[in-house]
Amino acid sequence: MKTLTRWFSRNLIRIYMVLGFTYLFIPVAYTFVFSFNDYIKSNLVWRGFTFNNWKNPCGVLDVCPALGNSMKIGLLATFIATILGTLIAFALGRYAFKGRAVTNTLIFLPMASPELVLGASLLTIFLNLGMNLGFWTIVIAHVMFCISFVVVTVKARIASLDPRLEQAAMDLYADERETFRRVTFPLVAPGIAGAALLAFSLSFDDFIITNFNSGTTITFPLYVYTHAERGLPAQANVIGSAMFFLALLIVVAGQIVGKKVKVGK
Amino acid sequence: MADASTSAKGDLKLTNLTKSYGEFKAVDDLSLVIPEGSFFALLGPSGCGKTTTLRMIAGLEEPTSGKISIGATDITDKRPYQRPVNTVFQNYALFPHLTIFENIAFGLRRRGIKDVKEQVDKVLNLVELPHLADRKPTQLSGGQQQRIAVARAIVNRPALLLLDEPLGALDLKLRRQMQIELKWIQTEVGLTFVHVTHDQEEAMTMADTIAVMNEGRIEQMGSPAELYDNPKTAFVANFLGQSNLIEGSIVDSDGDYHVVDLHGQKAKVLKSRTHSKNNSVLYAIRPEKLRIDLDNQSRPGNRFTGGRIVDVSYIGVSTQYQVEMPWKQEIMVFEQNDDGVPPLDKGDEVTLSWEPSFSFALDGAQDATAGSEVNPEEE
Amino acid sequence: MAAVVRTSGAATSELKKKSLVPYFLLAPGLIWLALFFVAPIITLVSTATKTPGVGIGEFVQTYRWANYLDAITGSAAQFSRSFLYATIATLLALAIAYPLAYGIAFKSGKYKNILLVLVVAPFFCSFILRTIAWKQILGQNGPLFRLLLDLHIVSDTTHLTASAPAVIIGLAYNFLPFMTLPLYGSLERIDPRVLEASGDLYANAFTTFRKVTVPLSMPGVVAGTLLTFIPATGDYVNAEILGNPSTKMIGNVINAQFLNTQDYPLAASLSFILMIIISVLVMIYIRKAGTEELV
Repeated sequence: MKTLTRWFSRNLIRIYMVLGFTYLFIPVAYTFVFSFNDYIKSNLVWRGFTFNNWKNPCGVLDVCPALGNSMKIGLLATFIATILGTLIAFALGRYAFKGRAVTNTLIFLPMASPELVLGASLLTIFLNLGMNLGFWTIVIAHVMFCISFVVVTVKARIASLDPRLEQAAMDLYADERETFRRVTFPLVAPGIAGAALLAFSLSFDDFIITNFNSGTTITFPLYVYTHAERGLPAQANVIGSAMFFLALLIVVAGQIVGKKVKVGK
Repeated sequence: MADASTSAKGDLKLTNLTKSYGEFKAVDDLSLVIPEGSFFALLGPSGCGKTTTLRMIAGLEEPTSGKISIGATDITDKRPYQRPVNTVFQNYALFPHLTIFENIAFGLRRRGIKDVKEQVDKVLNLVELPHLADRKPTQLSGGQQQRIAVARAIVNRPALLLLDEPLGALDLKLRRQMQIELKWIQTEVGLTFVHVTHDQEEAMTMADTIAVMNEGRIEQMGSPAELYDNPKTAFVANFLGQSNLIEGSIVDSDGDYHVVDLHGQKAKVLKSRTHSKNNSVLYAIRPEKLRIDLDNQSRPGNRFTGGRIVDVSYIGVSTQYQVEMPWKQEIMVFEQNDDGVPPLDKGDEVTLSWEPSFSFALDGAQDATAGSEVNPEEE
Repeated sequence: MAAVVRTSGAATSELKKKSLVPYFLLAPGLIWLALFFVAPIITLVSTATKTPGVGIGEFVQTYRWANYLDAITGSAAQFSRSFLYATIATLLALAIAYPLAYGIAFKSGKYKNILLVLVVAPFFCSFILRTIAWKQILGQNGPLFRLLLDLHIVSDTTHLTASAPAVIIGLAYNFLPFMTLPLYGSLERIDPRVLEASGDLYANAFTTFRKVTVPLSMPGVVAGTLLTFIPATGDYVNAEILGNPSTKMIGNVINAQFLNTQDYPLAASLSFILMIIISVLVMIYIRKAGTEELV
């Protein structure tokens, strides 16, 4: 009995971790399991196992175009936000200039504002300007809220760079351009990649801001939300699960490649 | 790339070099010449301006005023990559994303040198690590990284190699070994080495010439033996080894010697080793130059009587005594344990004696503790 | 800290001080933020004091500040409910995330990276999908409900969904990674030797945790709670999917005013009030917690 309590107290954290991860993964597991459901109309009750949904993920109306929109918007927004954010991060991390405090505030505020306010205020300006809501207004909105996250991520990476590495490059006959190309950029690149991944996941998963500025364009989260009332097809679960495993695969592959590069040949 | 300035050769000359940060002068009107081919050490406590001086020579810091030249070439306004100067950085600053080979080849490639492979292999052999060419820096031990950092710099055959506390991160044993190795490499390649350190033992082991820096200025410059045996200021006397400094005044002359009155007891010091503008002096004698005896014995030379041992530390090769003198000052004595006589005891009444030619005298107006309070390990 | 970094990098920053380059680097991103963040907020503020015009859906600027008063009095219940739910959800998330982050930082050995990936992984399975999954898991036909029914913990008439606890559980769940990552970040930076030193100085495990671990992880706690609290306050998806009409949060009201009723001035004043209250709370909180190095 005594040994049991000791085992328990020694492994308390581990037990807790198992419970915590269970909580995190219950909905994911549920979504995955019900992607195999042989459903009729609404995917609420378990009716039996089938591969049909996975074989035919575009089998229901609108789901794949919505996914395509999300992908296109995600890639475009990530591309723009990563470039703009990285430029700002380099300015903040590598230069002394006037207006640093204002810049920092401008970066911080979008992260500290509720998405609802961001989405709503963008909607008012788009309406005032008489812009047509749709694909491009979504892209603009996504770039706006992704920039700050990119800046913070890349800036952290730049700040963790030992300034002596760049000085060493200069000392070894590399001029400013060569130093940036051969030393600074390769060392900051993993941070930029991480920032891009983060931006994509934020954009791909965004619902609230998108919902305000989408007009008639449907993204994957919008599709899921609007169809939840009438019963969601299992194809949505298929896509959600597939995205989950795809992302996991990318991250794990990235880690393995990163480790390989570190270890050398 | 290899323009006139990167191929300059000759002595390094600093003229009235100053670096100020607002009111604070990190380096204050420094002038010195470092001869080509020498192993030169800038020694001083942290914050004395030695690293700033080094960084100005490397071009990583802009001097507020003054001039830096190598041979006949003025390099003051050259960018770091335009100078025939390479640096071994503190903590080495090896590029973590490049292999050891590429780290060493970095400078050669930037200068457009043709036989990169050959030269890198040669220098890897010199530092005895040819088998590590394909590794990444993080896979190397501290000592190995240190050698690669040296190799990466010397492969460029700079007119000047700067070493910024290069052994600071290594443990004591490895540091000793690397001191000998660095000295050997320097003689092997024949480059001018400028070595910045706060470790007086390291400076003394390796350098031909040491400049002791304090508060942005050079206190004294000379060979290790000169600095140790005949320091000119209390700071140097205390920073290089330990010294007993006793307040006194010159009262008489006796041939080559001054006679000094020290709290009522008389002692002699060579005139050539007296660095005071007037009669007030700090009479100085190193602890290992003192002999310690029970009161009833006597030896030739100068002596202090009336001392009482207040502390004894036995440390194997020697015994350290703290002896309280009649004027309440504590004098330190290192006695070699070479005579088989057991150490004296706390409370023993003793006489201290010494050869007068070993002593020196400093200007009495200085703080007798200057340079002794700084902890050299502090960075 | 910043000063230290700047002196060690003195050479670089010194050389690049008087250049125009930083402004070229900043310009594109900051212009984007000025056009699509600052300008919209200003428009939002100006919309808030407008009143209906002649045409349908037309509003004119009359500087009617009373709009704010109407907004507050009309939605006081939803405002307070939002802050209440967000506070409880944040505390719940902290309670769940702290041991999780602690375990990953100190007890996971070589599995550290994998576990970190797993914390973020649920993000990639759509947020709406997961919230709907919760609804179905907790729902009357869901597996959890069935299990609890069999164990006689609930009866047929109990509702797990469409309730305030369901909304709060959903909020805590959705923002858990935002809580866990900053916590992990600051816990991971703690030198384990400091914890050993505390043990050496006669502190037991609990005292060590309270007097050493917790204070050292405060920056993570502050960042994590803010990153959870702010989006939770403005959220309406959880209340929509997991709640009932009496659990409506301010987000639901604003959303409905904007997209259904199209009373833009009311919606704008509600949004602005929400933003102000959050900013004030955040500032007080940061003051109290004594951390200002968030960005």
